[in-house]
Amino acid sequence: MERVDVITGTTAAAIGVKLSNVEVIAAYPITPQSECVEMLAKFIADGEFDAEYIKVESEHSAMAACIGASATGVRTFTATAAQGLALMHEMLYIASGMRLPIVMLNTNRALSAPINIWCDHQDSVTERDTGWIQIYAQNNQETLDSIIQAYKIAEDEDVLLPVMVCIDGFILTHTVEPVYIPDERKVRDYLGIYEPKHAYLDPDRPITQGPVGVPECYMETRKQINDAIERAKEVIKRVNEEYYQLFNRRYGNGLVEGYNLENADTVLVAMGSVCETIRYVIDRLKKKGKNIGLLRIRTFRPFPKEEIKEMLEGAENIGVLDRNISFGLNMGALGTEIMATLRDKKICNYIVGLGGRDITPRNIEEIVKHLEESKDVETKWIGLKE
Amino acid sequence: MGKRFPREELLAPGHRGCAGCGASILVRMALKAAGRDVIVVNSTGCLEVFTTPYPETAWRVPWIHTAFECGGAVASGIERAIKALKKRGKFKDRKITVMPIIGDGGTADIGFQALSGALERGHDIVYIMYDNEAYMNTGVQRSSATPLFASATTAPAGKRSKGEDRPKKDMAMIAAAHGIPYVATACISYPEDLMKKVKKACEIEGPAFIHVLQPCTVGWGYNPEDTIKIGRLAVETGFFPLYEIEHGEFRITYRPAKRKPLKEYIRMQKRYRHLTDEDIEILQKYVDERCKLLGLE
Amino acid sequence: MVTIGAIIYEPGSTVRNKTGGWRTFRPILNTEKCIKCEICYIFCPEGAIYEDEEENFRINYDYCKGCLICSKECPTNAITRVREEK
Repeated sequence: MERVDVITGTTAAAIGVKLSNVEVIAAYPITPQSECVEMLAKFIADGEFDAEYIKVESEHSAMAACIGASATGVRTFTATAAQGLALMHEMLYIASGMRLPIVMLNTNRALSAPINIWCDHQDSVTERDTGWIQIYAQNNQETLDSIIQAYKIAEDEDVLLPVMVCIDGFILTHTVEPVYIPDERKVRDYLGIYEPKHAYLDPDRPITQGPVGVPECYMETRKQINDAIERAKEVIKRVNEEYYQLFNRRYGNGLVEGYNLENADTVLVAMGSVCETIRYVIDRLKKKGKNIGLLRIRTFRPFPKEEIKEMLEGAENIGVLDRNISFGLNMGALGTEIMATLRDKKICNYIVGLGGRDITPRNIEEIVKHLEESKDVETKWIGLKE
Repeated sequence: MGKRFPREELLAPGHRGCAGCGASILVRMALKAAGRDVIVVNSTGCLEVFTTPYPETAWRVPWIHTAFECGGAVASGIERAIKALKKRGKFKDRKITVMPIIGDGGTADIGFQALSGALERGHDIVYIMYDNEAYMNTGVQRSSATPLFASATTAPAGKRSKGEDRPKKDMAMIAAAHGIPYVATACISYPEDLMKKVKKACEIEGPAFIHVLQPCTVGWGYNPEDTIKIGRLAVETGFFPLYEIEHGEFRITYRPAKRKPLKEYIRMQKRYRHLTDEDIEILQKYVDERCKLLGLE
Repeated sequence: MVTIGAIIYEPGSTVRNKTGGWRTFRPILNTEKCIKCEICYIFCPEGAIYEDEEENFRINYDYCKGCLICSKECPTNAITRVREEK
């Protein structure tokens, strides 16, 4: 039976993992993710959940153990953030290169130095080219739903790629919200058991996984990953609809979600929890007669180029919020990609909320004001101290 | 007539190992001992490279390679996945051995943490360290398993250097300090001893660690035909004693009638050719002390 | 077509790669002198020594790289060596 719990984002993720009937978890604690793997350990300790849990000695080993388990043919999960994700870096390429549908929660957190445990997106956008699908959830409900959807997407035979569900550290991980918990049996029926055809270690069918990719084959493996993540767009949209039919919730078309885009000349583009703040400001400005739109990018990878083009066709002022910075370019990752997608539009890039700096409604209003007044393409840092 | 060794070849010929390669000999022996119900984990290194250039593989057992430093962790994941699959009814009443076969670099250096984690957590794995005492795959750079006074490309002998300036890291004893049920040393020149140890390791529940000395023609500098002879000398001189530690109980498994002078072993290898008789005396003393410690007079 | 994840589904497929061409010296096994101690068999890095139907040991020259470990280790000197004619 579906029920409502008032829970944090990390708990929502842990419940999502439990509902998804994950068989092997390998995890290493790191703030602000730890509560997720603590909850999973507790579920197992209390006999509510029958997964194998490997208490690894680092995030690198967490991903390596997930790769080993997934390559043996079971459903796997891990969670991390920031330094932990950076430590996993080479293994992320290996997970996608071996076409293993591992699902990971990344609780977005700034990268050292100086050490900082608070939210920004530098950690996950840095991993954008690793062949992982990246879903950015905006609240705790979407966190839970996205974990379940992630398995459906990752294990689809047209995809077979790992998925990272990204949620904003502290803002979602440590804040409670009411969350609908779907019926366990319904989720299990929806996902089924992971039974791969391509990759499983089994003495009865001795295959070689992870061989030397000589120049005669390596480039083709890259193209295959690129094609698969491109195909994932349709799968993500389909899963979004199926999920709506079963559980009555959907997130835009799965890839992007628009808000108040009709007749809005000025549109903000963003990812993650800040979208909820933006929506609040949009509603407030609407009462003052101002029409501002929001395009929320839910999947940063695959990057929804077609949707962006279509949904921003009428927009004249486009402001992209980035919780990350590419040093030496003075732009964020989303800004550069929106610019590459919409070449003839006026686009301003706003660097916001690094290392847990709050993004307040006032900041959003400041962005809107700047965007409407600016004549040219510009990058502006918002919320810097004097 | 009874066969001395099983006939099934689980490592196919046609692999690109050097002529006289000790690692291939080790793999043949280990798989003959373990049988078919095995999953091999390689870390990056010679063995991985010469057995699996796509689209061909020399392996007739399931095999996986991911990266260099994580063999212990990958094996941990596989071992738990097998447990999970058993809950589904797969591999019923079968003991599948998860067998990392990983070099000295991937074990004693870059993979040390993952190994320690896997041993400490008590995974049921048979970890075989194939020790050729340097990074042979990349051109004989020193590892922490490179022995004292051996010349390696990053610890070369020269006017002001006698080669490697630190003694070999004692991986078997480090593994034993984890309190695991089975630790052994072995050498490819003693196939029955090696295979007995692998078999025992497969049968024992929990982590097993076998440190196998495996001469390398390229890195050590000798004629390919001498691979077995050099391994034998390493053992006969007491440079590499053969022992096992089963549930904490230490036992020498091969005791040379009389230890040969270390010089016989050293003088066969180019990596030691810069050494004077006095230098070899220093090494001899070091070996004598270690043998005494192990009760191998 | 490269397989998904570059997985190799054909175990032992290196048998297509005949490494016999690497040889400089050819070991020759004299069955008369062989005592079937299996020493050459177990020490061969290639697994290139096999038993024929009469349980005599033979060398598979398709794969033998000519390392000569077999010749060196044979206790009865049943394996001699000759230079390969190119």
